[in-house]
Amino acid sequence: MSARANTRGYAQSQSGWLFALPALALIGVFFLLPVIGALLLSFTDFDLYALADVGNLRIVGLHNYHTLLITPMFWKALGNTTVFVILGVPLSLIASLGAALLVDSRLTRFKDFFRTALFAPVVTTLVAVALIWRYMLHTRYGLINYLLTHLGLPAIDWLGDPHWSMPAIVLLAVWKNFGYNMIILLAALQNIPEDLYEAARLEGASAWHCLRHVSLPLLVPTLTLVSIITVSGYFQLFAEPYVMTQGGPLQSTVSVLYFMFEQGFKWWNLGFASAVAFVLFALILVLTLLQLRLARRLGET
Amino acid sequence: MSQRRVSWLINGLLGLLALLTLFPLIWMVSVALMPTGASSNYPPPLLPAHPTFIHFQQLFAQQHMGRYFLNSLIVATSATLLALLLNAMAGYAFAKLRFRGRDTIYAVLLAGLLIPAQVTMIPLFGLLKLMGLVNSYAGAVLPSAASIFGIFLVRQYALSIPEDLLDAARIDGASEWRIFRSVVLPLLVPILVTLGVFVFLATWNDFMWPLIVLTGRDMQTLPVALAGLSREHIQDNELMMAGAVVTVLPVLILFLVLQRFYLRGILLGSIKG
Repeated sequence: MSARANTRGYAQSQSGWLFALPALALIGVFFLLPVIGALLLSFTDFDLYALADVGNLRIVGLHNYHTLLITPMFWKALGNTTVFVILGVPLSLIASLGAALLVDSRLTRFKDFFRTALFAPVVTTLVAVALIWRYMLHTRYGLINYLLTHLGLPAIDWLGDPHWSMPAIVLLAVWKNFGYNMIILLAALQNIPEDLYEAARLEGASAWHCLRHVSLPLLVPTLTLVSIITVSGYFQLFAEPYVMTQGGPLQSTVSVLYFMFEQGFKWWNLGFASAVAFVLFALILVLTLLQLRLARRLGET
Repeated sequence: MSQRRVSWLINGLLGLLALLTLFPLIWMVSVALMPTGASSNYPPPLLPAHPTFIHFQQLFAQQHMGRYFLNSLIVATSATLLALLLNAMAGYAFAKLRFRGRDTIYAVLLAGLLIPAQVTMIPLFGLLKLMGLVNSYAGAVLPSAASIFGIFLVRQYALSIPEDLLDAARIDGASEWRIFRSVVLPLLVPILVTLGVFVFLATWNDFMWPLIVLTGRDMQTLPVALAGLSREHIQDNELMMAGAVVTVLPVLILFLVLQRFYLRGILLGSIKG
């Protein structure tokens, strides 16, 4: 009996491997191998000549990382990306949370419609919607400037003024993305037992009090999660500036990935670009861990 | 404030928010239907005075939009079909089949979720060049054919398949492949729809990787082609909006039809770990 169970276990182990193998092979070849490859490449001077003939490849140690640290454009790109994250993440989270609270309210009618409508931009193609935003943000005949001047405010050269180009991209990103986190937060809100609100109300708590002392504390784990997703997503800014501003004006919207793309696929400094990719990855990882630790501390108090 | 007032306030705010959210999408369609130059007036017109389909005709007749559409369709469809098959098999194996090294491999995969795909792009390009797959559909499809997220999604769902069901089939002498095909796959259909919509939308909308790997113009997908067109026709708003409509409409419709499945995918994906 046990011998039979053993052969069956062996057969299962074998078929288990066979079932997983095709997917694992693809992930191994097209994901894990390139990750290791990127790390190794970042220690080489891999460029157009090496792409033609690997014999031209030289190992340069930490040279790329050193060059990176003394390249002003890298710091500029990192600064631009940081501005995008610092403006964009809080705005996105506030919009997501606000929308989730509104849709979740007992008084809301047509919940399904509102949920779908607010989520719609998430599934759209970024390149396509960036074009409509570029039109709406046009200095002379853009709708946004039309509204601004009607309110008695000065028109803004959104995509032509280096002070406004990044905020303009933030507007697009918040509009496009807030629905995603809204869905996650909405589900978390709906998971809060109704009794908790009942109990708070019986003690005479106001709606604001319920939000501050019942909903928000229970949302902390979910907020941490969406914050981590958003920060790491926003550090990967690329297509928005590529379509809206091509990195300009005055390189005010060159992001880290945009810098990597140009170094890698325009100038073919592939070793150097790999170093850029790894620095970005390390940065995202550190920020993820920091947020986790922060949330844990918040949870303890 | 009375309950009624609060109700008005909340619904009013939501209405305003929905208007702000949907307006750019609706206006995109409206501008696409305006005659050339009509959108460059001040104040910007909201509706086309004389609607015309000329830009759509122009896109397909002169700008090879049909070709780009076909490229997008081929890339997104093949990525979706491959992803469904491979991730379903692997996700089921990680959930229900005991094999050596399973838990270790799964832990490695989950850790891999932390790595942004962009890290891989440079070596991946070199690798595909070695394989002769730069500027081919395969080059655009293979990197997203199997995914850690896909395996994770299917595994979470497959965990709930009752063990008795599989054992009963085994006692009847069914092979593991047969069990997968006739017992497991039908049970996985809901999560596979979710995964399918996810992969299709992601590959259809993807920009950076196709931009890198599809180097020839006639191989470009819609987003890449549209970005290129917008650089050449920077003044031609109506033409660009028509291009945007052609690009966005298929995925928007797909989402509206299958949104229940798509939203569930987001929720399942957000309870990692």
